[in-house]
Amino acid sequence: MSESVGVDNLIALDRVKDDSVLAASQVNSVRQNLCIQHVSKSFQSKNGSVYVLEDINLEIKQGEFVCLVGPSGCGKTTLMNIVAGLEKADSGEVWANGRKVNYAGPDRVVIFQEAALFPWLNVIKNVEFGLKLKGVSSRERRDIALEYLKMVHLTRFQNAHVHELSGGMKQRVAIARALAMNPEMLLMDEPFSALDAQTRWILHFELQNIWMKTKKTILFVTHNIREAVCLADRIFILSTSPGRIKKEFFVDLPRPRDDNDVSVAEYSTKIMKELKAEIDKVVKCEMDADSCVECDIKCTTVEPAKTDIGGGI
Amino acid sequence: MYSILKRVIFFVFLIGLWELLFRLGIWPEYVLPSPVSVCKTLARGFQDQSLLIGVAISMKRIAIGYGISIGMGIFVGLLIGRFRIFEETLGSLISGLQTLPTICWLPLSLLWFGLNDRAIIFLVFMGAVLSIATGTDSGVKNVPPLYIRAAKTMGAKKWKLYLEVIIPAALPHIIIGMKQGWSFAWRSLMAGELLIVCLGLGHLLMIGRELNDMSQVIAVMLVIIMIGILVDRLFFMKIERHIRERWGLIKG
Repeated sequence: MSESVGVDNLIALDRVKDDSVLAASQVNSVRQNLCIQHVSKSFQSKNGSVYVLEDINLEIKQGEFVCLVGPSGCGKTTLMNIVAGLEKADSGEVWANGRKVNYAGPDRVVIFQEAALFPWLNVIKNVEFGLKLKGVSSRERRDIALEYLKMVHLTRFQNAHVHELSGGMKQRVAIARALAMNPEMLLMDEPFSALDAQTRWILHFELQNIWMKTKKTILFVTHNIREAVCLADRIFILSTSPGRIKKEFFVDLPRPRDDNDVSVAEYSTKIMKELKAEIDKVVKCEMDADSCVECDIKCTTVEPAKTDIGGGI
Repeated sequence: MYSILKRVIFFVFLIGLWELLFRLGIWPEYVLPSPVSVCKTLARGFQDQSLLIGVAISMKRIAIGYGISIGMGIFVGLLIGRFRIFEETLGSLISGLQTLPTICWLPLSLLWFGLNDRAIIFLVFMGAVLSIATGTDSGVKNVPPLYIRAAKTMGAKKWKLYLEVIIPAALPHIIIGMKQGWSFAWRSLMAGELLIVCLGLGHLLMIGRELNDMSQVIAVMLVIIMIGILVDRLFFMKIERHIRERWGLIKG
């Protein structure tokens, strides 16, 4: 870890220059855990196609903790779903762990905003769920489940029903459930955004500790910059409409980090400035949809050719 | 406890009223027997095992018919709930058939299977299968998509997804369908047994009528009610309570 922590060692790379380099990069490199190449995605709406993601390129190394940050509606969850294999990209490819992503699979377990624990199973059975699917013997999967419940400090609640847990505890069980499968990477889709500040603060510590212990690759989606700085090695800022990777930041602060560290706050402020423009764009679109056409930035994601929204474009 | 006491007092009062009406002698005994003679008939029925045999035969029929309808009903319900094509075809057939009282299947059943057990089992099956299928269908449609996505990322595919996620998640609705199916099946069984001479509880009812033995008729009716209540209390209420506890809908 670098000794001199501060705003100075914040490295921002201009993604636009980088794109060509990324495209030419090696796919089969062993250390490359995740490789997203030219991924685009649009949805059909009554006004025509809406581009959610446009030509996304990024690579994540084995054991890296990467955050995707962007304002709401920038397509970060969609990108996550494509990586998870829950949605298909219109074009482009995703390679994970040396294989092309076609389906959802247990090498890329997703942790959702809501814990998605199964109410018909108790806590430990929930953690065992993925192992049971894999065909692990009941004895062995109990041992593994207990090990990971211990890691999230919930062994005491192993026989509890899901509804008896608090929101933070549910997320910890979900993390244990994901880790129990020993996946190559964890995909976390705003997992802490529904929790209160204190719980989130605790979980930031816990997740950092787990990551340092297990060295899993983590792709973490959030709209909270402070959270991203607190957790990530690398942060990608996504722009809205269409979703593009706007900037990349390296965070080189000693761990475990605390949300309230001065250095974390300083980093966040710096990144916030980048994101400000994007947020303004969202605000402009959402607050006054009619004047949207007049925005100099193309906040309407509608393809101009297909719709008639006047002479603004 | 207090509610049980109220119930007991109510039923004692009801039986007292019945005895009083009998003592007044307005109606002959073959129209209104005394509670005492009904009790005697019940006791005799259990002693010479005629009632027990009747219960056993009826229970065997419903166990087979209802068992098959659970399997078929859940299978069909899953198809309708998960696949558009089956919803548009099979689904409309089922909602149409549901308007048909089950006993209307009797003539067809007799022609297909003859005057035997299988005809009655078919009636029981038709009574329950539609309710179970529609219950399963609505259960499947109410499974939160998040559960399915979560299970998929953990590697659940094809039949494992159904067995480990969709069916358990739909279970509250499936149980409601099964409960409704049970009551339909029980009714169809009795209707079938009344009309086909083939032992069983319904048949005992008819024998009572033919012998002008009203106390036997009422005794058998009581047995039928008792079995209905027992199944509801011992089986369905327990399962429903268990599910509600699990899902956190009541305090455990």
